[in-house]
This record gives sequence, C-alpha cells and structure tokens, in this order.
Amino acid sequence: MTRAKRNRLIYNCVTFAVVIIAFIVLQGMIENKTITRALKGQLIPICCWIVMAVSLNLVIGISGELSLGHAGFMSVGAFTGAVISGWLLNAHGMENETLRLVLAIVGGGITAGITGVIIGIPVLRLRGDYLAIVTLAFGEIIRNLVNVTYIAVADGHLVFSFLKKNVPDGARMLVDGASGAVKISKISTFTMGFILVMVTLIVVLNLINSRSGRAIKAIRDNRIAAESMGVPVTKYKMMAFVTASVLAGMVGALYGLNSSTVVPSQFTFNQSINVLVFVVLGGLGNVLGSVISATLLTVLPEVLRAFADYRMLVYAVVLILVMIFTNNPTIRSFADRLLAPVKKLFGGRRSDKGGAQA
Amino acid sequence: MTEVKRHSTTKMVPVPSHSIVPERDLGQQPVLETNHLGIEFGGLKAVEDFNLTIGKTEIAGLIGPNGAGKTTVFNLITKVYEPTNGTVLINGKDTKGMNIVQASRLGIARTFQNIRLFSNMTVEDNVRIGLHNQIRYSMMEGILRLPRYWTKEKRMHREALDLLSIFDMQDLADVQAGSLPYGAQRRLEIVRALATNPSLLLLDEPAAGMNPHETEELMENIIKIRDQFQIAILLIEHDMNLVMGICEGICVLNYGKIIAKGTADDIQNNPVVVEAYLGKRKEEAK
Repeated sequence: MTRAKRNRLIYNCVTFAVVIIAFIVLQGMIENKTITRALKGQLIPICCWIVMAVSLNLVIGISGELSLGHAGFMSVGAFTGAVISGWLLNAHGMENETLRLVLAIVGGGITAGITGVIIGIPVLRLRGDYLAIVTLAFGEIIRNLVNVTYIAVADGHLVFSFLKKNVPDGARMLVDGASGAVKISKISTFTMGFILVMVTLIVVLNLINSRSGRAIKAIRDNRIAAESMGVPVTKYKMMAFVTASVLAGMVGALYGLNSSTVVPSQFTFNQSINVLVFVVLGGLGNVLGSVISATLLTVLPEVLRAFADYRMLVYAVVLILVMIFTNNPTIRSFADRLLAPVKKLFGGRRSDKGGAQA
Repeated sequence: MTEVKRHSTTKMVPVPSHSIVPERDLGQQPVLETNHLGIEFGGLKAVEDFNLTIGKTEIAGLIGPNGAGKTTVFNLITKVYEPTNGTVLINGKDTKGMNIVQASRLGIARTFQNIRLFSNMTVEDNVRIGLHNQIRYSMMEGILRLPRYWTKEKRMHREALDLLSIFDMQDLADVQAGSLPYGAQRRLEIVRALATNPSLLLLDEPAAGMNPHETEELMENIIKIRDQFQIAILLIEHDMNLVMGICEGICVLNYGKIIAKGTADDIQNNPVVVEAYLGKRKEEAK
C-alpha cells in the first residue's frame, strides 16, 4: 500500500469513527436520559447542517465552484418532503412513520436533483463571480416561488396552484404560500439523521477517491489541462453540483419534517452563507473539518444563549479567531509539532490538510 | 519548396501535400495534415496558410522567433481555437467543429509552455487523469465500490507506475505534483500526455528551463518514447541542439507564415531562416 493511499484510508476511517462514536455516545445519553433538553432538540439540526456542509464542500472545495444558493436546494427538499409526507398520510392513510420519512427523503432528493440539473445547465457555463451571483439569485427565486405556491389534498387528490382561490374549500393545506408548509407531522428521527450523515460521507468520500472525483479535482486545479486530457468539464462539474443538490434535498426533507411548520423565509441567502461559513471554517476540501465545524457552529449559538444580546458578537469574534489561528503558518507548524507523536503512531506523515484534499 | 536532403539518420521524402515525411511512414496514413490552416484575431492574422504533414512515427520540430505563432498552431491543432480558414486532419479525420475533449479522443495530447499540472494532486493521480478515457468505470461503480472499481483502480495504478518508469519517476508517485522540481514537472507533463494513448504528442518547449545535461537526457527519452509507443511527436523548442539533433522534419514559422520546411541541414543553410532569426546583413540591408 502506498503512503498516499494509507493516509487517505486513515483520514476516511477517522472521519467515520468520529461520527459513529458521537452517535453511539449521544444515543446512550438519550437512553440514560442524561442529555439536556436543549442538546436533544439540536441533534437533528446538527445532522442536517453536517450534511449541508459536507455536500457544499463537494461543490466549493472539491469542484472549486462558489455556489451561494445551497439553502435553495434544502428548501426544495424540505417542501417536497412535507408535501410527500402529508399526501401519504392524508390521501393514503399511511401510518408507518419510518416509511413515510424514507419516501419523503427520497422524494426530496429527487426533486432537488432535478432542480440541480435545471439550474446547473446554464449556471455551470459561468465561472467565478458570475456563478456565485446566479446561484445566489436561484436561492432567492426558489424562496419567492414557494411563497406563492399552494399545495393541498382534496378528496384524496393533490391540488397544486399558484393562486389560493384555486384550492377548493375544506381541502387539507400542505403548503400554504408564504405561511409555508403547515401542520406537518413531526416524524424526523435522530437515527435517520445519523444514517443521512453516513450516506453523505460515504458518497462524498468514495466519490472524491474515484475516477470521477479525480476528474472533478483536475478541473478545479487546471481546467485547460483537464480538457486537453479528454476530461469533459461540464459533465463532471454537473456531477458534483447535482450530487450536492441531491444530498441537500434529502436532508432538507429531514429538516422540514423535524418541525410543525416550515416557512420559505427559513432558507434565505443568510442560511446559504451560514453553510458556506461551515465549509470555509472546516477547510476547503476537508470533509472531516466540515463535519466538526458544522457541529460546533450549530451548538455554539445555543451555548451562547446565556449571553443574550452579546451572542452574535461573541459568535463573530470566535469565527474571526478561528480563521486567524487556522491560517497562521506559525501556529499551524506549532500544532503540527504537538501532533507529531500522534502521527508517528500511525507510521506515516500526513499532509497538514488531511488526505482527502490531496 | 525546399529540396529534400538526407538527414543523418532518416531519409525524408515528399508527399502530395507539399510536405515531407520520413520514408518509413510513406505508405501509412499521416497522423496530422493541415491544409491552408489560418486564424485571425480581429483582423490580425496570427497564423496564415499553414500546411504541414506529419508521418506516423515522425519527430517533427516547429521553430521560429518569439511571437511567430507556434503556440497558436498548437492551439489550433488541439481545438483550443477554431480556425478561421483551412482544415486540420487527425489520422485522416476532419476536426472541424470539434472541441478540445473530442480532439483529445482522436489521439492528440499536449504539454504546455507554462506548465499546467494538477498541482494539488499527487504525481500518480496526475497520470491517472491521463488514463481517464483509457480505463473507465462509472460514477456509481465508484461510489458503491463495486468489483469493477477495484479491478480498474488496480489496473490504473499499474499502468500509471509503468508510464512513470519511462522517466524513472515511479518513486515520486505519492508526491504532490506542485512540489516537484521544475524539470520533473515538465517530465510529468509528458508522462500525463502519454497516458492518454495519443497518436500525436505535441510538446511545447519541453526543454525550457532544463540544463544541458537534462536536455541531453530528454532528447534520448523523446526518441525512446517514439520508438516504444510508435507515435508522432511535434515539438516547439528554442534549444537548437535539441531541434537539430532529433527532429526529422523541421518547419520554421515567422509572423504566422511558414518560411521554410525541411530537414535539419536544409534549415541551417536556408538564408531566409537565418534572416528571420538574426536579421539581414548590414550590407544587404543597404
């Protein structure tokens, strides 16, 4: 086994181990009832933001395209999931919550994937700033589109309209325009969140260490050289973009079914930027980093609730400090020296940014 | 056109398209044929009426003063630019309307004047990108780690190391490409291009930045590559020792036009070429 291969294997194992151990510990805490209420309520959102961060990392870190509309895909998934779950329950009387949740997640992934293809075709022809601007606009378009969408179940049929008056009286509203998806039956579970995180990690880590993933990285590193090696650029950019949007859609369904109402304004530009912060903080192309930073930055605002008014201020300062410390070469080399004995234990030197990036 | 003389090793013979190819390639389909190839950038004729034929196993050179349009010719052949006039035939196939990827699949591979490696990836992964269209499996097979993934990855690994061994670089397989020394980066670019299984290899200043010893080694390797892979090589180079030493047919470009074609001897003795490089003699200028 070559050194690069071993490092990659160690990196992947550490990533999975961190997630699995965290799940087992938390699951144990839930059984023992030693978990705080606040943390318990955070578990599913943490899973959601981990998946969002890892999938956005695929677009930004691995494929090298700045996408600012990632929350848009999450919103597509959330509303699709809410509609599918509500429709199955109200029109078909499906009581099995797990099956409904799985179908909602699959449906959310599919619709977000289709949206990803539709957006990707024009958008991925653009580069750099333009791509960022268009994806940003897409996020806003989705939000405004949902704002005027009315979906209801009437007599066992799904009614879809952009005008509320078209919805017959007495129909069970699923998506009520700007009020969003209403009266959702909360069926999301932490276990499903964990499964989604694992699926995301498997998909993303296996993808970047395969032929397709190498092609995606090659395009990021040097587009012209990749093309002249016979790598079709649009195909592979699209592959990364659509994979990320499918994952975002799946987790969007989980997120939507975790609360009784979902409103379109939950998925604004700010939310996309939030996910971007997770990615940048965790390190571009570093999957484990995304997992950790998404977890910390989801928990942090809650922990800082005690500071009330100063909460966002402290949050911002923490962010700035972390950015400075992780990017300072002196501090990094100091940290590397501290970690050297640990690395020796594994018998190989790891590049300081982790194997997945290499 | 220029008369045909004996090169030290190869006999060059004329072909119908007013070009010359090595005698051994005469019966074979030429790898590259360009007819009246030209491109204009907003009225500026960067390349004009460029006719060149390269035999199946020929090592050809493209030389000329700075700004003569040599790299533009490469960009026309590899379809970075769509020519405004004329045609490019690769192995007899017209490349009109093709893009870079399609041209690459026809069997063209190139290196770049300013090195363009995938510098954040390892040396081996760079070569594996070259193998992208040679050894294939789908995205799903990769994500689900199906048996095909393992067999194909193993084959990729073996072939990548085989290719790297041409330049004795197999020990560097795990090194980040961007951290290689300059000469090794140039060699890696050649290996990566070879991995695409080309029939025509375009080298854009392969010896730039190399010391005389390294250049000597490179010359041997270029001949070795040609013999081993039985491919044609067209190279742009300013190092005349390299060009005159290994190129069988040489084409001189100035201001976008071919000013001379022929063997090394022809070119060295051609007054037009000397003038393009060194300018007119004082008494002649008067």
